[in-house]
Amino acid sequence: MLTIKDLAVSIEGVDTPIIKGFSLEVKPGEVHAIMGPNGSGKSTLAYVLAGRDGYEITGGSITFDGQDLLELEPEERAAAGIFLAMQYPVEIPGVANSYFLRQALNALKKARGEPEVSAADFIKRLRAKAEEIGIRQEFFKRDVNAGFSGGEKKRNEILQLAMLEPKLCILDETDSGLDIDALRTVSDGVNAMRSPDRAMIVITHYQRLLDYIVPDHVHVMADGVIRKSGGKELAFELEKQGYEGLLGPVARGAEA
Amino acid sequence: MATALETVRDYAAKAYKYGFSTAIESDMAPKGLNEDIVRLISAKKNEPEWMTEWRLQAYRRWLTMEEPNWQKVGYPPIDYQEVYFYAAPKVRERPESLDDIDPEIRETYNKLGIPIKEQEILAGVAVDYVWDSVSVATTFRAKLEELGIIFGSFSDALQNHPELVKKYLGTVVPQGDNYFAALNSAVFTDGSFVYIPKGVRCPMELSTYFRINEMNTGQFERTLIIAEEGSYVSYLEGCTAPQRDENQLHAAVVELITMDDAEIKYSTVQNWYPGDAEGKGGIYNFVTKRGACRGKRSKISWTQVETGSAITWKYPSCILQGDDSVGEFYSVAVTNNAQQADTGTKMIHIGKRTRSRIVSKGISAGKADQTYRGLVRMLKGAEGARNHTQCDSMLIGDKCGAHTVPYIEIKNRTAKAEHEATTSKISDDQLFYCRSRGISEEDAVALVVNGFCREVMNELPMEFAVEARKLLGISLEGSVG
Ligand SMILES: Nc1ncnc2c1ncn2[C@@H]1O[C@H](COP(=O)(O)OP(=O)(O)OP(=O)(O)O)[C@@H](O)[C@H]1O
Ligand SMILES: [Mg+2]
Repeated sequence: MLTIKDLAVSIEGVDTPIIKGFSLEVKPGEVHAIMGPNGSGKSTLAYVLAGRDGYEITGGSITFDGQDLLELEPEERAAAGIFLAMQYPVEIPGVANSYFLRQALNALKKARGEPEVSAADFIKRLRAKAEEIGIRQEFFKRDVNAGFSGGEKKRNEILQLAMLEPKLCILDETDSGLDIDALRTVSDGVNAMRSPDRAMIVITHYQRLLDYIVPDHVHVMADGVIRKSGGKELAFELEKQGYEGLLGPVARGAEA
Repeated sequence: MATALETVRDYAAKAYKYGFSTAIESDMAPKGLNEDIVRLISAKKNEPEWMTEWRLQAYRRWLTMEEPNWQKVGYPPIDYQEVYFYAAPKVRERPESLDDIDPEIRETYNKLGIPIKEQEILAGVAVDYVWDSVSVATTFRAKLEELGIIFGSFSDALQNHPELVKKYLGTVVPQGDNYFAALNSAVFTDGSFVYIPKGVRCPMELSTYFRINEMNTGQFERTLIIAEEGSYVSYLEGCTAPQRDENQLHAAVVELITMDDAEIKYSTVQNWYPGDAEGKGGIYNFVTKRGACRGKRSKISWTQVETGSAITWKYPSCILQGDDSVGEFYSVAVTNNAQQADTGTKMIHIGKRTRSRIVSKGISAGKADQTYRGLVRMLKGAEGARNHTQCDSMLIGDKCGAHTVPYIEIKNRTAKAEHEATTSKISDDQLFYCRSRGISEEDAVALVVNGFCREVMNELPMEFAVEARKLLGISLEGSVG
């Protein structure tokens, strides 16, 4: 589904690269967790996948379902089935949350040549999904993310995810800011989305999330590359040893 | 020898004799402006003597006035001798029903997306269509007449209710108020007239679509709305103009009057042709709009969405005479490419405890330049008067400009005015967020801008709001990326 090969990325106008030869293969149905110290380039990778401006791709390639992803505009990537639940969701004052979501859903439908959803069907589905994720209906009318608490913003991202039903879900630190109960409901929401033809990339700092959303693969990213990959047990190991303990010898080996 | 006036009358009579085919020919006065043209216009419209004199007075005032140049807009000097001041579509007689309207005119309205029937039936809107200064159809008149409401063209009002016109015309915007108002007073050809009797709540939105069709014609409408004690009316004005390379002049005057406990809500969606991306062509929109809250507890509310015109120069104002009267101004102005707008409002607080609220949202893109210019004046007697002004500008790109020029004059110690202003840039993060959800870049701009303007959009009547929302999107097309 997604193939990232030797990807190298720097910030436009800044020489030092952030991602330095990153490779990853994601197959349908798989859940990949990416962990890594602050500043290691996880969000940068997520943004590059979603097509945000301001990055320079200095090397490598990304293909998604056979298409060259880097050729596509962000909205085309969304239509192709990519969704990024952001670490810092953006506020859009004056635009009602449900209106925004319906615009988005219909834009995706239109791009895929499917009929738009009726207002009635939309609201029915929205209510059902919101209940699953624990979002009260008053949030439908509120401005997109404006004045939402940190956790509410994260939940709102998952509501969008559930409504837009992407093929590849990228969750960037969706767990940070969530209280313990919310972590559970949000994880349930995400798990409900798991299916043989949907893949997920879950970026997190905490093993705890992976108790709920159990990954098939765990990758430890440091300094712009994957330094170690393994199964779900790698997350436990990391929890015990920390990045230094886990990566220390590897880092030295790589530099040698 | 025939007098000038007789010659004019002859000419007028002859002009009307021409055969009228289905293709729209225009009945035009010769180019340029002089007293004979003013008389000709008045004669063509079969106006009473006092009206002709009133026009001539205005014309003579105009001759002594200078074209204003204090506003931040720049345009090449207008040669008033090159403008046609009168152009009326040739119709055999005033159409009795909508079916009598010239099919070509109807076709044009259809192209503009204003199917007459649909508007009439679906929206339940009484529409007075104005085609190049002359009203060609009025719907719902009968229903309104039952309530004693007078709604129709200005010319009709002058024929059928001259005493009302005479009583109120020019009492809010005097002939010599400003250069363009004086010009309008001399040469206005038509417009709308609304009279709501005491205690009547007008049951439908009254609406006029103005449209400039002829090349090189100026459009000078005159609108007068009077709301008697305890009455209410919501009036919608929509404007479009086809694409022309030449610049066209639009100098309207709108006067509103509310008596005790009366309310007028006046909404405008202005979409005159703005000229092309390089600034060629487009409408010069120089408009004087003013409302007088004469009665106690009366209210006048202006809502405008301005997306069109090459140059806009417009300050809908309220004179708050009656104690406890309320003035409101809600404005969205969008300028893109080479458009220029200098717009804002004036709130003149005279009565006690008068209140005003100003919400202005300016969006500038391309190389466009826009100025909010607002005056809040609280006179000596305006005890306990209040004003709140909020002025927000949004910039799209880095070649456009936005300026805020608030004037506040307070002569009463108990009166208070508050002013808040913000300037922001449309944020890349917001656009990316929308796009990453599948919304195209242009729709994302429209969405974010509509959100920015929501307070104002909420003030528009439903059917207008939908149109206005689309317009915002269309006028900002190509502004990013
Ligand atoms: N626009 C930018 N300009 C300059 N540096 C940037 C920019 N964006 C990211 N960086 C830098 O790139 C590096 C990677 O940032 P990124 O946000 O991808 O880290 P992360 O792995 O997501 O960290 P965290 O776990 O703290 O979220 C950081 O050192 C960051 O400071
Ligand atoms: Mg991050």
